[in-house]
Amino acid sequence: MNEAFILSILIITIRAGTSLLYATFGAILTERSGIQNLGVEGIMMVGAASAFAAAYHSGNAWIGLLTAMFVGLILGCIHAFLTITLRAEQVVCGLAMTIFGTGLASFMGQRLGPGNTTMVGLQGPAFERIAIPYLREIPFIGEALFNQDIMVYILYILIPLIWFFIYKTRQGLELRAVGENPQAIDALGMNVTKTRFIYTVVGAILMGIAGAHLSLGYLQGWADNITGGRGWIAIALVIFSTWNPLRAVLGALLFGGINALQFRMQAAGTTLPSSFLNMLPYIATILVLVLITMIERKSKKLGTPTALGIPFVREEKK
Amino acid sequence: MGTENKSITVQMRGITKQFPGVLANDGIDLDVHSHEILALLGENGAGKTTLMNILAGLYQPDAGQISLKGKEVEFQSPKDAISHGIGMVHQHFMLVESLTVTENIILSLQSSGINIHANQVKKRVLELSKQYHLMVDPDAAIWQLSVGEQQRVEIMRLLYRGAEILILDEPTAVLTPEEAADLAKILRKMTEEGKAVILITHKLNEVTSFSDRVTVLRAGHVVSNLLTKDTSKKELARLMVGRDILFHLEKKKCKKGDSVLKLEHIHTTNDKGLPALVDVNLQICTGEILGVAGVAGNGQRELAEVITGLRDITSGKISVNGKDISNSSPFEVIHAGISHVPGDRIGVGLAANLPVSDNLVMKAYRKPPILQGQLVKKKNILQFTKNLIEVFEIKTPSAETPARLLSGGNQQRLILAREITASQGMLIAVYPSRGLDVGATESVRSTLLEQRDKGSAILLISEDLEEITQLSDRIIVLYEGKIMGTVDPESTSLETIGMMMAGQPPANITKTGKEKKTT
Amino acid sequence: MRIQFEKRTDQSRLSGFLIPLISFFLALVFCAVILIIFGINPIQAYSVMVKGALGSTYSLTETLVKAVPLMLTGLGVSIAFQMHFWNIGAEGQLAMGGIAAAYVALFLKDVIPSSLLLPVMFLAGALIGAFWALIPAMLKAAIGVNEILTTLMMNYIAILLVEYLYLGPWRDPKGYGFPGTAQFVEAAWLPRLTGRVHYGIIFAVLGAVMLWFILKYTKFGYEIRLIGENPKAARYTGINITKNILVVMLLSGGLSGIAGMAEVSGISHRLYTGLAVGYGYTAIIVAWLASLNPWSILFVAFFMGALLVGGDQLQIAMQTPAAVADILQGAILFFMLGGSIFHTYRIKIIHKKTIVHGESEHE
Repeated sequence: MNEAFILSILIITIRAGTSLLYATFGAILTERSGIQNLGVEGIMMVGAASAFAAAYHSGNAWIGLLTAMFVGLILGCIHAFLTITLRAEQVVCGLAMTIFGTGLASFMGQRLGPGNTTMVGLQGPAFERIAIPYLREIPFIGEALFNQDIMVYILYILIPLIWFFIYKTRQGLELRAVGENPQAIDALGMNVTKTRFIYTVVGAILMGIAGAHLSLGYLQGWADNITGGRGWIAIALVIFSTWNPLRAVLGALLFGGINALQFRMQAAGTTLPSSFLNMLPYIATILVLVLITMIERKSKKLGTPTALGIPFVREEKK
Repeated sequence: MGTENKSITVQMRGITKQFPGVLANDGIDLDVHSHEILALLGENGAGKTTLMNILAGLYQPDAGQISLKGKEVEFQSPKDAISHGIGMVHQHFMLVESLTVTENIILSLQSSGINIHANQVKKRVLELSKQYHLMVDPDAAIWQLSVGEQQRVEIMRLLYRGAEILILDEPTAVLTPEEAADLAKILRKMTEEGKAVILITHKLNEVTSFSDRVTVLRAGHVVSNLLTKDTSKKELARLMVGRDILFHLEKKKCKKGDSVLKLEHIHTTNDKGLPALVDVNLQICTGEILGVAGVAGNGQRELAEVITGLRDITSGKISVNGKDISNSSPFEVIHAGISHVPGDRIGVGLAANLPVSDNLVMKAYRKPPILQGQLVKKKNILQFTKNLIEVFEIKTPSAETPARLLSGGNQQRLILAREITASQGMLIAVYPSRGLDVGATESVRSTLLEQRDKGSAILLISEDLEEITQLSDRIIVLYEGKIMGTVDPESTSLETIGMMMAGQPPANITKTGKEKKTT
Repeated sequence: MRIQFEKRTDQSRLSGFLIPLISFFLALVFCAVILIIFGINPIQAYSVMVKGALGSTYSLTETLVKAVPLMLTGLGVSIAFQMHFWNIGAEGQLAMGGIAAAYVALFLKDVIPSSLLLPVMFLAGALIGAFWALIPAMLKAAIGVNEILTTLMMNYIAILLVEYLYLGPWRDPKGYGFPGTAQFVEAAWLPRLTGRVHYGIIFAVLGAVMLWFILKYTKFGYEIRLIGENPKAARYTGINITKNILVVMLLSGGLSGIAGMAEVSGISHRLYTGLAVGYGYTAIIVAWLASLNPWSILFVAFFMGALLVGGDQLQIAMQTPAAVADILQGAILFFMLGGSIFHTYRIKIIHKKTIVHGESEHE
């Protein structure tokens, strides 16, 4: 293995990890507030489709990104309204979101090309790689870390920001509390419903962004089933991260790395059939889940927000 | 105490609150004065907590007004109430367990902006600690604190926000007698400074030892307003229940037989992996009730769980009629003849959304006549159910009604009916009358005594000392998972048991008499 | 004015009937809005779908053809959902059942007497489907690994395995590059009743009978219900939850495996890319819309089958993407979920003047 090979793996690791991490952050914020959103896959898919469509027709990748955020907001509102306001079963609602989102994205993919045709195979505007002067010169990691697209750089800023937000600000404290003991937050006069609504929607916007990075940054184009289970892997990463954004970074790098390895091995002409290579991330997800569950059981320090998945009800007598 | 400056600070007039199927408050008038402790006395379901939740802004009344210092107010949320100086310590503490004391207090502060000002808050907490003798470590996480300390955090939080009117819901239920005495001092200190304290309670002792004035509620109405010094426990009891209540159940002499259940050197850990039971030894014989006293959280739950197979022991031996059942599955324990009335009625004892019939057959479904081969016979279930509903006087619209729609007393009768029918001589009863009204409590207690007289061996775990002393033939006291001693309820004073609950071995108590040792 | 939810103290009979109806109607309206946004006339689209799915004997049989795998997988996931075990791996279990049946048909056709070929395929499909479901069940029962994620990941793995097989070692050597295996011998074809409707429909009806009987009349069914309703109570009453998880998942995966066997043996007569086309996901909707009732599952599956056929017709007749059917499915489930609150709560609207003194929130 030579240096160039490892470098290329590093570069793809970060590119592939980016969209995973946006989605994971979205799911962490949502789940921290006590709401489970299993619709990540669906929201990412619609995000990717709408981002590409909007970017293609406007000729501007930024408009694509904004569109994906808007779509995430709408889908987030649907999930929030159903699970928070109407107290619908959160697991099933998330599954419904995934089915709906997959259908909608596939519909858009077949319809939103030029003249109501397919978007598959189209080339559109994308977030191109921008090298950052000086930083890029850092030996070895410079090229991997600082010759990426703008959404990667935004993520670099977002990582410490989200960490600081969750652990060091008043709003972050409220967020942590509302997922642990909403009754307490309610008794203190804060609005549980509003807090949960906000984070569910913000989380969904991040999931939309994650989709946008797939079609505008990482893969640069639209293909059916473009997310390929990344939304679900993001949910697994939330468990892996024990709801801590810094550990999520680690997880995203791990899975980005698996993606990169898969790519490189394929390119290098391995004898392993591509179907098996493509199984890697899914097998890895199962293994990681098994491992983290075993470790957490042993240490008995579960990071799961206590009220996760439980609707909040105030005025009710048994 | 401080009657000079008393003035009415809160006036509630004509408060009415309707819940589906229950008129919780029906035109209630209530006055609260500064400089005094008001006890709000009533049975479960009398409407005390509802009334106070309205005052604290958690519920909105369907009718009626609240005035504060003569000015009419309306609270849309707890936030409104707090901004007017009204704060409430709920029975279930409203603390976030994973956060620290300081973080919990920060949460309760009205503030915008993103800064949490942790250091300032910590400083003020320490000041308040000193002023009111409220000792708490500002950096400890809530789950590390004892229940008494958690209560102090709750009070601290209200004081921090400048509450002038403090409402405490059943504050001593979870405290040792010693902690309760400390609490009384803290509350006194607060009234001396001009604050008003409202105590929600159904315990007569609490009224007489804490309050200056008492308002008695019954079935959503105010039945009386009295000065504590002008009344007696007996009068209060009559007002609360509406009739004279039996302070002593008819209890025959115990006819103790052979040993049924035996625990030897039992050790186990709790959910957090910390020791929950330490070298516990006990045995129960036929025809006897062994009472387990102790402040909640000292190993009672784990004791019931290790016996019933819901929790593994780390060492020791449990045997029933000489047969080793250590670390058996719940199924094997049931098979060995042990029945269990669990402490968490809705969470563990019932499948609340399933019909009464399904709940009644939860143990009988594995045996004929209900089970025939691998099939459950609907007809026989119905017959079985009808019979139990009749014998145990369970009030339910029908056998098909979901169990959650039954009253607490009837849910408990359902569980008792099922467990007694399934029992073969051994019953574990955990908090059997918790949350029940006086009538239902009486009925549950006499059912347990009846079973004892029929020769059952009963382990009774309760946090209600009165219940324990009334029913038990012997009492053991649990403290931090250890048995502090075994005492005879006839010849032991409540004070002695109380001190054992606080961790003093009986030998010490007899030496020092009733003197309280500071810890 | 404030809107409040108040818990019902009774159970409404009417709501059980009205809620699905209203939900369906609202979903149609919701999707109509989406169609209009994309410049498609919804009324025209809907009528094409209805005609395409139900308008002729042929279309009716095609609807049934799609309904069969939905019935079987729907029944499969429903029994797991009864226990609140979130098996969303029906897609993978179906694929594995298909693989197993194809293996028997392709490689054991000379070993097994032809009259026994179909029964062996049936058994193999059920067994391997069950085995595929058993893995996540064991991980859940033994260590508590989140079953939603594991069953789902197993789908991806199974589908890739199918792909590997028909593109690789099992590929038809005389297929001129067609991505799929060789056609099965005729003894491995599931007999057809009418049109393309095959014996799979009988499997589905028998499956429903079996589940209905289990749930209603057996000890096992009572235990499943209790575990689903309150696992703590189930454990307290001495039920072996681990064992029940394993048995239920074997049953659940077995039913989906049979669906896969029926697909390859009744429709395609070979293993190819069209095996895993999302039935396993639609099954979740089927089970949920049917409130997990086995009889209702048969009807809802038929209805969803109609939706899928209608979607295909839409594509053919109007060049409108067939994915409209998926969007509709998701939307119907959304509205059903939203409506389910009215089963347990009634809405109370409170008119009251609001006098608030001092500072207060206005939200």
